[in-house]
Amino acid sequence: MLEVVTNQFKRCDLVKASGRVDSHTAPQLADTFEAINEAGRFKIVFDMSGVEYISSAGLRVMINVQKTCKRWNRGELVLAGVPEHIHGTLDLTGFVPLFKIFDDDAEAVGSF
Amino acid sequence: MNNIPSSSRTQTLTFPAQFESLLRIGEFVTRAARSAGLDSTAVYAVEMAVDEACTNIIEHAYGGEGRGEIECTCQMNSHALKVTLRDFGSSFDPSSVPEPNITASLEEREAGGLGLFLMRKLMDEVSFEFTPDSGNVLTMVKRKETIS
Repeated sequence: MLEVVTNQFKRCDLVKASGRVDSHTAPQLADTFEAINEAGRFKIVFDMSGVEYISSAGLRVMINVQKTCKRWNRGELVLAGVPEHIHGTLDLTGFVPLFKIFDDDAEAVGSF
Repeated sequence: MNNIPSSSRTQTLTFPAQFESLLRIGEFVTRAARSAGLDSTAVYAVEMAVDEACTNIIEHAYGGEGRGEIECTCQMNSHALKVTLRDFGSSFDPSSVPEPNITASLEEREAGGLGLFLMRKLMDEVSFEFTPDSGNVLTMVKRKETIS
């Protein structure tokens, strides 16, 4: 099960996911990011503090969103509150250098 | 399907090959991994490797959701957990799957292709067997950390 909540700030959007991101739920996460991009917004904080599990289906969403956001220097997807075991997955798959990682939402939102 | 004697050291469950099953498959192998005495990092590794394997079975062996079943067997002993996944979809040559480039720049990074890579990284042993009669059998082993 996955719950995704979004919050629009002046300078960026916050996406907070809670639960499991697998091949079943990853499309829900992808739709959320897509809706933000379609509204012409490309500065996004992905708060992962509530994510219990993420498979490569979720990582695929993150890489695609990062590519879309960074195109023409119009924005970026940054991560916040990454749990230790998920950081392990990001490290294993070589994702760490591709994303700025902040301790929490406030710090990540403030980076934009 | 849920009436498994807790004393049994081998447990098998069969799931419909659809993404919705991934949660229950994850719960099943997580329970087995914990009962085998694996630590939390190893339990997470098993859950992820099995999830990636089942996603590959649904997407590639069956070519989509709802076209068959996945039989999942967990065997626990004093030093390891062995997970066996069986399907009756198409076989494939694991050596033909290219290794993902995990140091490529963002522009050159492929979004997919991490499943088999993760399975091999997360588990101690990964082996495939393809037979026309008994289907495709994937066996993965996670050993307990030994304190030396």
